[in-house]
Amino acid sequence: MGLLGKGLFAGMAVTARNFIGSYFDGGRKERLFTYQYPEEKMPLPENSRTFPFLVCDDEQDPVGTMRCVACKICETECPPQCIYIVMDRDEKGKPQQRPKVFDIDISVCMQCQICVEVCPFDAIKMDCDYEKSQHGRFDELVEHLPDLLKSNAYYNRIKPTEASAVDARLKAAQEKKAKKAVPAAKAEGPAPAAS
Amino acid sequence: MIQPLTEEQRFQLVPGPEGLIETQQLAVSIGPQHPSTHGVFRMDCVLDGEVVVKLRPVMGYLHRNHEQLAEKMAWLGSMPYTDRLDYLNSMANNWAYALAVEKLAGIKVPERAEYIRVIMAELTRLLNHASVIGFMLQDLGAWGTPLLYAFREREKILDLFECVSGSRMMCNYFRFGGLRVDMDEKALGMARDVVAKFPKFLDEFEQLLTENEVVLARCQKVGILPKELAINGSITGPMARASGVEYDVRKVDKYGVYGRFDFRVPVGAVGDVYDRYMIRVLEMREAIKILQQALRDIPAGPHVAPEVKVRNFKVPEGDGYARTESPKGELGFYLVSDKTGKQPYRYHVRPPSFINLTTLEDMCLGHKVADVVIILGSVDIVLGEVDR
Repeated sequence: MGLLGKGLFAGMAVTARNFIGSYFDGGRKERLFTYQYPEEKMPLPENSRTFPFLVCDDEQDPVGTMRCVACKICETECPPQCIYIVMDRDEKGKPQQRPKVFDIDISVCMQCQICVEVCPFDAIKMDCDYEKSQHGRFDELVEHLPDLLKSNAYYNRIKPTEASAVDARLKAAQEKKAKKAVPAAKAEGPAPAAS
Repeated sequence: MIQPLTEEQRFQLVPGPEGLIETQQLAVSIGPQHPSTHGVFRMDCVLDGEVVVKLRPVMGYLHRNHEQLAEKMAWLGSMPYTDRLDYLNSMANNWAYALAVEKLAGIKVPERAEYIRVIMAELTRLLNHASVIGFMLQDLGAWGTPLLYAFREREKILDLFECVSGSRMMCNYFRFGGLRVDMDEKALGMARDVVAKFPKFLDEFEQLLTENEVVLARCQKVGILPKELAINGSITGPMARASGVEYDVRKVDKYGVYGRFDFRVPVGAVGDVYDRYMIRVLEMREAIKILQQALRDIPAGPHVAPEVKVRNFKVPEGDGYARTESPKGELGFYLVSDKTGKQPYRYHVRPPSFINLTTLEDMCLGHKVADVVIILGSVDIVLGEVDR
């Protein structure tokens, strides 16, 4: 062990180095790495996730252009079961392919992203907004359909890489569908003329 | 086979009152709400003066029905819950669960995914060991200083985790047959940066602690766990290795691609608190070696096996046990799948910190109350995993 107290002084040199380094760091951010939170926010990485939101294509008409078809896959797959969906019906009671109620209880949601992964329509995505504190504990923390709907432009803004990949995929699928529809229309086209 | 200590042997450890003063034993309950118990954990101690005569660990305050929940859920659904077992090392838990399901379903993992898994698991080891040493020093009375140095480094690794997986601690990153998303070049650069800077931090950390006289006086010859007891009590991980048991699942099983890396397994001689500290430091150095090799050799390719379905994932009938070397010890998942194959019929976790905690009494007897706190700190428990 050598001289008694040598280890102590060596340790104190380390603390002194760190103490001074926490004031003067030469911009290296090695020992001075905190952010003054409300004034200064940490830049979030693109993958960062908090709570899910629903994607709609047009900001002006969010309910009409939302991608969700109320298939309820996310509702069944959600591990803590924080999603509640009721399918919309028209006046005759015929089921419509859109949700009437879509609630996410963000006090239960554990931000696992499984709803995003299982969604076949790219309708639900993860937000990166973390300032969600409320005064109440119950109804205030349940997000309803109008709060959840956010535009594709917003999605493109927060997660550019991921969103552009999704857009490209959806566009390709649409073109494929359109191509399929064209021969079908051609085949159908002459038939009424003949009759 | 060595028997546990008899009552007679136990009382020999305790210096008696020598007939001068009449003393009385005192029952003290440490916890469950106590900062030194690392969560909601209670120790019922019987004290003779300041010396522990009897100690009974009481667990179960954080029981969350993990196993039963998983039996009611699809296979993928319990992946985010495994994050919450040992909430400091979500990646290591993910791996153990993914490995068990892959074993059961016979899925082959692509090369690149295996390398990223190794990188993630070793980074997790770094952050776990760094913070556990910090917490142990906190228990010694070094309020905050070493802990915050450790947390500063941990933060860099957590930033990397957030960049890759989207979440700092509850990563939920591993999938059956690979990973959720690929690790891009930027994240690999961050990992290289962390690996390059970590040895410097370790040197500084060791300069602060390893030869510090206070640390030596408090940690050496305290809480000795004999090798025989470590084996009989199925202690695993750094605790077993500190007691001289050369057992590392990475070397024994060579799961993943661990067979390809060149690293050593540090083994202690005495098995006291100081050895456990030293083993963790040495393991961090070995983890850096593995990381350097993995980051050098990482191949290109897919990050997930394409045949694995996300929806309607089914596992054939059967049962399987897979184990990994989590930073705390051997973490194993035992899964049984029935005819439907939609969800586990039986789901059992073998948590390392729960089993490591069973020898707590044997380590604490004859020591002072203040030593109990560091012995518990050196066991490295996370109550999320102990109680599940």
